[in-house]
Amino acid sequence: MRLIGANGEDSTVKGKFFALSALMFGVLVLSGPLFAHHGNAAFDAGKKVTLKGTVTEWVWANPHCWLKFDVKDDSGNPVHWVAETNNAPDMIERGWSKHSFKPGDEITVTVEPVKNGNPVGRVLEVVLPNGQTLGMAYLRTGKEH
Amino acid sequence: MHKGHMASAFAIVLLALLASSPVARTQGAQAGQSGSKQASGAKPGAKDQQAPETERVLLDGWGRPVKDALKPGEQPLPAPRHDISGTWEPARGPGDGIQANGPRDMPYDGKPEHDPPYTPLGLQTLKSHKALFGYAAVLESLSNDPRNKCDPLGFPRADFYQLRHTQIMQDDRKIAILYEFEKRWRVIWIDGRELPKDVPEPRYYGYSVGKWVDDDTLVVDTIGTEGDEKVWLDETGRPMSEDMHVQERFHRVNKNLLELTVTVDDPKMYTKPWVAMNKFPMRLQSPDFDVVEMMCIPSEEEQYYKEYGDQASGVDSKQSK
Repeated sequence: MRLIGANGEDSTVKGKFFALSALMFGVLVLSGPLFAHHGNAAFDAGKKVTLKGTVTEWVWANPHCWLKFDVKDDSGNPVHWVAETNNAPDMIERGWSKHSFKPGDEITVTVEPVKNGNPVGRVLEVVLPNGQTLGMAYLRTGKEH
Repeated sequence: MHKGHMASAFAIVLLALLASSPVARTQGAQAGQSGSKQASGAKPGAKDQQAPETERVLLDGWGRPVKDALKPGEQPLPAPRHDISGTWEPARGPGDGIQANGPRDMPYDGKPEHDPPYTPLGLQTLKSHKALFGYAAVLESLSNDPRNKCDPLGFPRADFYQLRHTQIMQDDRKIAILYEFEKRWRVIWIDGRELPKDVPEPRYYGYSVGKWVDDDTLVVDTIGTEGDEKVWLDETGRPMSEDMHVQERFHRVNKNLLELTVTVDDPKMYTKPWVAMNKFPMRLQSPDFDVVEMMCIPSEEEQYYKEYGDQASGVDSKQSK
């Protein structure tokens, strides 16, 4: 077992880490990944699509929750969309709950769609039938000590 | 609702304090129907009150509003001697401990200064890992991360990924750390024993001993972890072996602030020790805070891929795995 420096740091890189962590504090503190359990690679980053639809199911589950809803296409036929949110504890931190939706709710959903063209995406925001918006901001943010 | 929903005790519903809001009314009413679950937002009659605006209030696992450990403007007391017990959470907000792109101070972002000093074996092993995050991330269904099947994260990945509410319990002989993610726990012996000379068998959470180096700093050494067959070091697929030695420094700056520094030393995978987390701040939660249940459930994972993940990737995960 090699010796680890008294400050818990390999002394040769100590200065670098100090500078690095100071820098990263500013850059990363407020930019935690929105969806941490599953990858980003499938999504069309930055693209937003807003859809009006009817909830068919809200699955409060691991590893992420997902919302199923039908959107009418140009011919009036339903397209079955499925869009994920984050995991349940994270959604609680954002003010969502297992009871946020029920089948039949008329909602407006903004998603980041996948690149492959399937009716699939990640939820960015949902406007509920009563006009309230559920978003991705945390109810409580950090505090400095 | 699907039967496989988080069985949990997610009685947690949004409490809308000011119940005139339509959202509050809807959610309060539904919470009330959940019966045995304690949902403080579901007080009968609350919906009859009129109030001007809506405020969403964060609830803990017990369905009770979360209180701050410190009142606004209150100054923290000094750190108690030789005591790191309490329920801690990332001080800079819930997202700070997730570390999907690698440990806080060494993200896998393609910058050379963030690359750990790999040995040739370390680099080769890194390349064999198909991670969902980091510089070489792959599509949803193509990953070979052991945790995709709900395998334990193991240590030190429990520090390096999804570090959330962390309960630390302590007596004269040992400290138990209870991680929120996956409901895992480990024990650190502080009874003066040394690390085992011959590790009886590798374990997911290794063998840990802790020593107080001053009144408020505990240094914890861990060896005897699982190796590359079973665990990854972090979410980006960095490697670790059974020869790994991890050192954690828990420094209680004051009663309400705990800083965690984690140094990784694995001569098989890395040419020298490197610091993965440097003084990562955790703040004390109120003593009656109840941590929500958060587990990886194989049947739900399977349903997730069937209903969502495979469509998102355009791949059949059953065939690709």
